[in-house]
Order: sequence, then structure tokens, then C-alpha cells
Amino acid sequence: MTRLSITKAYKMYVGGAFVRSESGRYFQVSANDKSATGADPETVNIPLGSRKDARDAVLAAKNAFDGWSARTAFNRGQILYRLAEMLESRRDELTASLQRAGLSAKDAEAEVGASVDRAIFYAGFCDKLTALLSSYNPVPGPHFDFSVPDPMGVIAVVAPAKPALLGLVSTILPIIAAGNTVVAIASKDDPRTAVLFCECLATSDLPGGVINVLTGDAKEIAPHLAKHREVAGIDAWTEDAELRAKLEAEGSDSVKRVTTHGTPVDLKWYDAADPQVGQGLGFLERFLETKTIWHPVGV
Amino acid sequence: MDSANPFHASTGTAVPANATNGTSHGASVASGTSPGKPALDFGAAWEYAPAPEARDHVKIDPRYELFIGGKWQAPASGSYFPTINPSDESQLSEVAEANEADVDKAVKAARHAYEKTWSKMPGAERAKYIFRIARAMQEKARELAIVETLDGGKPIKESRDVDVPLASAHFFYHAGWADKLHYAFQGRKARPLGVAGQIIPWNFPLLMAAWKIAPALACGNTVVLKPAETTPLTALLLAKICQEAELPDGVVNIVTGAGKTGAALAGHGDVDKVAFTGSTGVGKRIQRAIAGSKKRLTLELGGKAANIVFADAPLDQAVEGVINGIYFNQGHVCCAGSRLLIEESVHDVFVAKLKDRLRTMRLGDPLDKNTDIGAINSRMQLDRIKELVASGEEEGLDRFSAPCELPSKGFWFPPTFFTGVAQTSRIAREEIFGPVLSILTFRTPDEAVEKANNTMYGLSAGVWTDKGAKIFWMAQKLRAGVIWGNTFNKLDPSSPFGGYKESGFGREGGRQGLASYVELDG
Repeated sequence: MTRLSITKAYKMYVGGAFVRSESGRYFQVSANDKSATGADPETVNIPLGSRKDARDAVLAAKNAFDGWSARTAFNRGQILYRLAEMLESRRDELTASLQRAGLSAKDAEAEVGASVDRAIFYAGFCDKLTALLSSYNPVPGPHFDFSVPDPMGVIAVVAPAKPALLGLVSTILPIIAAGNTVVAIASKDDPRTAVLFCECLATSDLPGGVINVLTGDAKEIAPHLAKHREVAGIDAWTEDAELRAKLEAEGSDSVKRVTTHGTPVDLKWYDAADPQVGQGLGFLERFLETKTIWHPVGV
Repeated sequence: MDSANPFHASTGTAVPANATNGTSHGASVASGTSPGKPALDFGAAWEYAPAPEARDHVKIDPRYELFIGGKWQAPASGSYFPTINPSDESQLSEVAEANEADVDKAVKAARHAYEKTWSKMPGAERAKYIFRIARAMQEKARELAIVETLDGGKPIKESRDVDVPLASAHFFYHAGWADKLHYAFQGRKARPLGVAGQIIPWNFPLLMAAWKIAPALACGNTVVLKPAETTPLTALLLAKICQEAELPDGVVNIVTGAGKTGAALAGHGDVDKVAFTGSTGVGKRIQRAIAGSKKRLTLELGGKAANIVFADAPLDQAVEGVINGIYFNQGHVCCAGSRLLIEESVHDVFVAKLKDRLRTMRLGDPLDKNTDIGAINSRMQLDRIKELVASGEEEGLDRFSAPCELPSKGFWFPPTFFTGVAQTSRIAREEIFGPVLSILTFRTPDEAVEKANNTMYGLSAGVWTDKGAKIFWMAQKLRAGVIWGNTFNKLDPSSPFGGYKESGFGREGGRQGLASYVELDG
């Protein structure tokens, strides 16, 4: 007699815990590649995140900010490296999940590999970015004047629909590498892989609340994040021009740093031959303030 | 005792009052002010002879046109508006009011100059033009300072020693960047953005023009600048300097006007970058208006900075810093230290010293070289200051204003502070943009940080203490873009300036400031 498998309940990741939507709503995602369903049934139920879920996630991210931004840059790098280890050890699972969402085995494998490499890239960046973005400013008078990058706080991310895993990894890791915390809305096309990614986060020593991932409809949730006063910035990757404009407009009420990006289908997120594709200092500095300090000099 | 010595900046007025009164500091200060004479009483020896800066060699044209495409052009609108001297309400000149058609013409001129000459010119050549502007400003420094003071009401000693030298320094500093941008962003390519639409305020008219134009030109952009409607003159003199420096036509265009002109500029479809300095309210409206347009935006908005004085600070130095922090330029400063957070144990002593110092401040003719407090920039601003001060009085807060005589003509407000202010008071939350200080107290460094950060703004902060480590500790925790240790309101072109939170985004000055005017890959 064959054994009946246990199916997994897919949940959002908020404050270090896996939660359902407070709204009780869900949407269904089916497997495109039925041979790769694994333990999953053909169709799974995914929480359809609500405004309240977004607010809870912002609160978790806000509460995590002081602790995370006060950690040493080296420690943040260690945790990101640990995340890369967790991703590497679950490569097969992540690859199968991307296949379930319709990728070929080859493409899925390449995307998972690139995602692990991206985590490594930012793991090694945590304690370098300050040197690259700081300055000593030669002002007149008895002052030691210098400028340093400083994290902004809670940043909301609308992750690109595709690539579901690499897009999420590429957008949120640079934001937390610099000491911010994140509320991300995962790709609605493939939320399963995002949840799997969160399971890697949960086992990588990352403090709860540093990364919060909601599933559902960005069009519904993101405008609430744009209006939320505790959210310092938004990074939105979406083809929906109307949503981009809406986030920019709603963000103005609290002078939010809003960056939006169309995501043309040919947008490249990884190129082994070109280290400037899909990553870099530009991703890091987008959500950093510059703090200038004039310190007295004298005897 | 000490009271016999008129030079002793005594704590005697406050301390006995506190001892006998024994209630909260608010009450003790209130009672401490009423009895006795000020500690510094020089009597008639305080009178200075007038020392006005001569203005006879400065010629202001009766009328100014728009500066578009290198030429002075009459506005399509056909209308002009007066610009007045706020210290006596006399008309200085009238300037053209640019409407949408004029703005469109200016943007087209800027686009043409961008494509035909400026973006193609080697950085080293751009640099030389910008150096020329810096030099010409030094040559005309006296004229620029006088016109700045006439048009805006600020004391001549400030326009002469701060506004004009710093404005020139900004051009000089940024000129040198024009051929070194590849070093500024190592490993990444920096491209200019195109046409920048820049809207500036009336508190530092020439300095703000320099902050906006210099980095934009250095990075290869062309600009259309709209000065504030109450202070257009020095920007127009700067246009003349651009002409004399033979800057290619259309690289810098100046369109004068009020809010409608600014809205037309920010909303123009062929503007690639909008840079705005001004109130948070208008900044939010601009951000909303350009949503969905792909325009790049930087905002330098309001502030409600905390000036934090610890008990171990050199108190007399701190008094000067607090005075400079809030009364410099009549408090028309976005980074003004408008909230004094004073450690409770030295509150009474410090307030007494502030009162003594305030009594010595000289309010009057902005062209007089001894004047500390000039005219309020406009009637509108004066009304706003009065309204907020009235709200403080209605809340029952203790007000102290310097006992100066206000001239009968023009717009004036005496340097003022309130004690016993709560964090919830309007005068502790809203930007007054005038010579009005709100005094609050704290007991521990943590409480100081908590109160300092309890605002929607985050432009600047000051920390006064004798302990260097404490300045760093505070600086790490304060959520503000510029933090001054044992000093305040210091600015330099090499030092990035800009805010956190609702004080805006983007930096001006320093290597970091260049990022506001380039597109980077990677």
C-alpha cells in the first residue's frame, strides 16, 4: 500500500512566524508541471494578504529595525552567508518549486543557482558599503566633518512577478544588507517558491521581522504600504504602470522614497559574465540616507 | 554680591527665584523674569552709531525680463509684479511673471542647449565656465550682498559673510567636479539627466540658486530655475553673470513668478529632473503631481531641529550656538534649531543666560552692519509667525521676547522664545520659520534622543556637551541628515546636506550631492 503524503499549508512570513491572512481569504495556485508537484497536490491554497496583514507586517518590521540596524555589519554578512547555505542545501526543493510554476528544469536550476550567488554577493557587501559611500569632508574651521550611509527604516518591496525567486532575492537582500527591514509582496504568479524561500530565512539566524513576506495581490496591498507613515520607502517592480503611478502619488503624503521600475520581459537579472547585471551598489544605496556629522576639534 | 557687577552674566535672577518658588522650572522662570534688571545693563553705552552699508553704487533696474536662451525676453504673459524691500515696503523693481508659454520656451531653450552644446562639451570645458561664474560672483560680492539684503531683509553681515561667499564657493567647488565624475562613481558610468527644473525659496535666494545650478551644470545638465516671488533679484543678477561669463545660451534660464510658474515648470513634460527647496506642504504636492512621469526628484523641505544642550556643555558657548541656531536669518532657515532641548538641571541657568543675550540683540535696518535681526521676508510670513506665536500664548506657554523697538514700516518680529513647551504644542511640532524658539527639557540622553526624533522632520540637530564620545553616541541615534556637535547652522559645499523623513530626500553638496544630477548604471 502506498503511503499517503502530508501536504504543506503555505503561509505568509511575518515577524518570524508563518501566518495565514487575518482576512481568512486565499487564492489557488496550480502546478503547471504536474510531474514536479512533489508532495503538493495539484492545486494549493495561498493566503490572500489584506490591508491588516500589511499593517501587522510593518509593525513587525518596525520593531525589528533597531536591533537589526544596530548589529555589526560583519554579523549581518554572516547571517546572509548562512542564508546562502540554507538556499544551497534546499536547491532541489527550490528548483522543483520553480518547475511547478512552469520553468524548465534547466531554467529553474539556473535561477536557483543565481539566487544563491546573489545572497553570497550581498553577504560580502554588508561590511564594505560603508567604506564606499562614506566621506571625510574638508570643511573650514575646527570641525571633523564626515558623512556616512544610514539605513532608512522599513522599506516595502513589490517583488517582480518574474523571476519569482531571483527577483525577490535581488530586491530584498540589498535592502536588509544595509540595515533596513523589509515588507515584501511576493510574486502572485509563483508565491509557493517565495514561501519556500521564507522557510530558508527562518533557519538562517535572521531575526524575526527583518524580512516579512506577504502573498496576494500587490495592486490591493501595496497602496496601503505606500500610505503607511511607518514605511520609509517603496521599491516597486511591476509592469502595471497604473500601480506604479499610484504608489508614487500615495507615497507623497509622507515624502516617501519611492522607486518604481517597469519590468520588461527581457529584463536581465543575472549574467555570470557581467557582475553589474541585477546587483550592485545602486541597489544598496537606494534606501540609504546620508548622515553628515560635524564633530568639534580642540583641546 | 555679584549683582553689583554689570558684566556678570548672572544666574542670580533665576536661582533665587527657583529656591523660593520651589515649583516646576516653568513657574520659576516666569517669576524669575519679572523682578529686577537684566544682568547686562549698559544703559546708554549700548547705543551704537548707525553703520549702514552704502548702496549708492548698486544699480537695480526698474524692470527685469525673463532670462531665456541667453537673452532677456519679455514675458508672453505680458504681466509684471513688484518686488519690495521688506524692511520699509518700498518697491525695488518689477519682474516678469512667466506663464506656461514662457516656461515652455525656457525648457525648449534648455533642451536645445543640452543637446547641442552642454552635454557634448568635455567636462574640463564645462568646468571652466563654472569657475568663471564663481570668480565673477567674488568680484561682484558687495553688490550681490547689498541686493540680497535689500530684496530679502536679511542683515548685511549675513549676506556679506555667509550667503554670497558660500554661493560663490559652491560654484567653485562643483566646477572642479565636472571633469572628475568618473572618479566620483568608481566602476559606474555617470550620465547627465537632461533638463533640470529647479524651484528655490526666499530665505537664501542666491545661495539656493548656487546649490541648485552648480551641481546640475557640473554633471552636464542644463537648467530652468524659478526663484521665489519675493526675492527674485539676485538670481537675475546671477543670470547677468552667466551672460558675462559667456555661458552658452540656454544652459541657465531664469523664469520669475509665483506658485503657478513653479507648477508649470515641475509639470512640464520635457523636464527630466525636478529639484525643489521649500516647504514640506508644497514638496508633497510636487511629489504627487509628478507621480507616474518618470521625472527624477529631489526635495529639500522643512525642519524642526532639536538643539540639545547637556549640563556638561560649555554653557556660554552653547548660548551663542542656540542664538545662532534659531535667530540667524530671522529664523528663516529650514535647518534652524527651533526646539531647544535643555537638560533639566541647567534649565533655569540657561534660560536666564538666553534672556540676557536676547536683550543685547540689535533689530533694525538690515543694511546696518551692526544689525543682528533683520526684517521678516514678507507680510505673509509675518502673519504665519504671529499666528503660531498666538497659538503658543493660547496654550498658556511662557513667552519671552527681546525688548526691541520695532520700526514702524516693514515686517518685523522680535526674537522670542517659549518655556515650558510640551511636545504636543503646535510650536513644538510645526515649522514656524521665524525667530521663535520652543524650549523643552530632558533628564537622560535617551530621553533627549526620544524627544529630538519625535517629529515628522529630520533635517538637522545640534548636540552640546563637553564629552566627545557623547556627541558620537547622540549622532548615531539622531534621525537627521546633518548633526552639529558644539556648533550649529554650519554649511560647506564639500559637506552633504539634506534630510531624513519629511524633510525631503537627496543631498546637496559633497560627492554624495552629485548623485542627484546623474544617472548611474549598476
